[in-house]
This record gives sequence, C-alpha cells and structure tokens, in this order.
Amino acid sequence: MAVQTISAVAECPECFGDVELSDVMQNEIVQCGECGIDLEVVGLDPVAMEMAPEEDEDWGE
Amino acid sequence: MRVGILYSRVRAEEKLLFEEFQQRGAEFDLIDDRKLVFDISGGEDLMATYDDYDVIVERCIHHGRALVSLRILNDREIPTVNSVQVADVCGDKMQTTSALTAAGVPSPRTMVAFTAESALEAMEELGYPVVMKPSIGSWGRLLSKINDREAAETVLEHKEVLGTYHHSIFYIQEYVEKPQRDIRAFTVGSETICAIYRDSPHWITNTARGGQASVCPVTPELNDICVRAAKAVGGGCVAIDVLEDPDRGLLVNEVNYTMEFRNSVQPTGVNIPGRIADFALRVGRDGWQAANN
Repeated sequence: MAVQTISAVAECPECFGDVELSDVMQNEIVQCGECGIDLEVVGLDPVAMEMAPEEDEDWGE
Repeated sequence: MRVGILYSRVRAEEKLLFEEFQQRGAEFDLIDDRKLVFDISGGEDLMATYDDYDVIVERCIHHGRALVSLRILNDREIPTVNSVQVADVCGDKMQTTSALTAAGVPSPRTMVAFTAESALEAMEELGYPVVMKPSIGSWGRLLSKINDREAAETVLEHKEVLGTYHHSIFYIQEYVEKPQRDIRAFTVGSETICAIYRDSPHWITNTARGGQASVCPVTPELNDICVRAAKAVGGGCVAIDVLEDPDRGLLVNEVNYTMEFRNSVQPTGVNIPGRIADFALRVGRDGWQAANN
C-alpha cells in the first residue's frame, strides 16, 4: 500500500493551540508544541486529532 | 512479497519501517491492533485473513496484545517477526534472565521470590543496594533501587497491597556499579549490527527517561555476548541492554523484542529499520531458521 500523508495545521483538543502537521499519516502520534501532550491523528480528510491513549502497564519495547 | 505490519501507534519507528518496506518494493498492509478480532475457533476464516501474508511484523506497544497475536499467528504457521517464543521470553524479565543464565550468558545476579518475607531474605543475601523490577514493563517504569532494609520493607508492603498479582512475584537484582551509562546493542539474526551508549547521571539510563545516546563500538566481545543473548531468547531482531561491570566485564541486563531505535540511527549511522525490513523479508522468503543463521 502507498502510505497517505498530509500536511496541515490543526487545533490541539487539549489546549486549542495550533499544531503544525507535516507529512503525517493515519494513527501517527504527534506532540502539541504548546502544551506538550501526545496526540493521535485519527483522520486525514478532514484532519482530526484526539488525545493519544495513556501509557498502560504492559506498554514498552 | 506481502507484509502485514501489526501496530498500536504510528511512531517514528513505524514510519521509518514503512519507508524501508516501500523502498524494497514490498506490498504491505497496516493492521491496527485496536481493531483486531481473531476468530480463533473459525480455523479456515482466520487462515484466509492472514494466509496471504508472507510475514507479519509485530510493532504492538502492548506486550499482552503482541503476545496473543503472535501466539495465534504462529500456531497457524504464519511467519512473524519476532516469533511468539522471542516475545514471550523477552516480554517477561524472569523468563529473559532464566533463558540467559541457563545459556551461560553473563548477567547480573538475580533472585526471584514469591512472598514479601522471602523477597526480603533474598535482598539481604544480595546485599544493598538492590534493584526490584516488575517482571513485565518497560522504559524504566516502576524500577526501585532499594538502599536498605527499611526501604525494602516499605516497597514490598506497597507492592503486596497496591500491586496486581504479578507484582507479588518479586524480581530482585544486584545493583551493578556501572559507569554512568549502559549499552544498548541491536542484534539482527546472528549479527550485532550496532550499539549505543546511553549516558545518564540517573541510575536509570533509558533514552525514554532522558539518557543521551552516542555511538558505542561493536567489539568482538560485545558482539559475542549479544549474539549469545539473542540466541538464548530465540533469535530475531532484538535490542539488548548491557551493563559494564568494573570486575566482571559485560553483563546482559535485558532483551527487548519490539525495539525502539529512533535515537540510535543517527549516532551509529546504521540503517536499523532497513536491517529489520531485510530480516523480515528474509523470514518471509526463507523462514525463521534460515534468517537467523
């Protein structure tokens, strides 16, 4: 498959600051430059972001 | 060659891997573990869904999801990177240490106990400070450096009262007086492809916790111990944490099976995701055993 990416400016759902998205893909994790929270890109057209899931006990490498 | 990539979140590592598979002309599908349903009683339907893949690359962030998915796929002879055996052994520090020490790979002295009383005895025998770790967990989470008996009693009581059942299986290690760094080495098949030092003034040196990465030469000694460690856990693509003991030399501390490498490509100059992609394609073409030789 070809990975679809977009570049856009979207609003952080936590602090409402602008988040600059550069070549991001579906489900990519980005960080809000203003409040520092991790966000997940959940839609590309239209662009949509949600707060990324919080770390669980069995997360890791 | 058709590749499935099982993932939880698209992080820097996953994007780099996608690029490498694309560059190699491999067709790949992304499989989001949040949307997965395995109908494990419906044999043919399950096989029809996954049988088209020559190999599935596991990049789950949840150990539990990785382990279950790999078990189901490997039970049906669908090749994966890594295998369920590697994930099972590496995802549980007790299993990792048992596999390493049974294979004679030098490791920190480690004890396992099942009650607070016996854990305290183990700590007294090891001598303080000791390190207690949850058997399952990563990124330095919930590691305790215990400096004396009073601290030990406190931590053990907290674990017993507040933790889930697996926090009452106590994994206790000697504290190794390492320089203010450890080594993270990357092994693919039977070769240590590169390594970094992780420098930190804190005793926990994970780069996820602020440890700084710089290149570490892969000496014959480092390559040897890492390849032996990788073989002990079942092979594949693994990231091995190595401590430098002033008296005993290199000791393998942990082995990670869904390795993170974003901070290691630049200092080492080694295309780690490219090597993982090559390994996975080899598994898809020639099988797990051949790829590991």
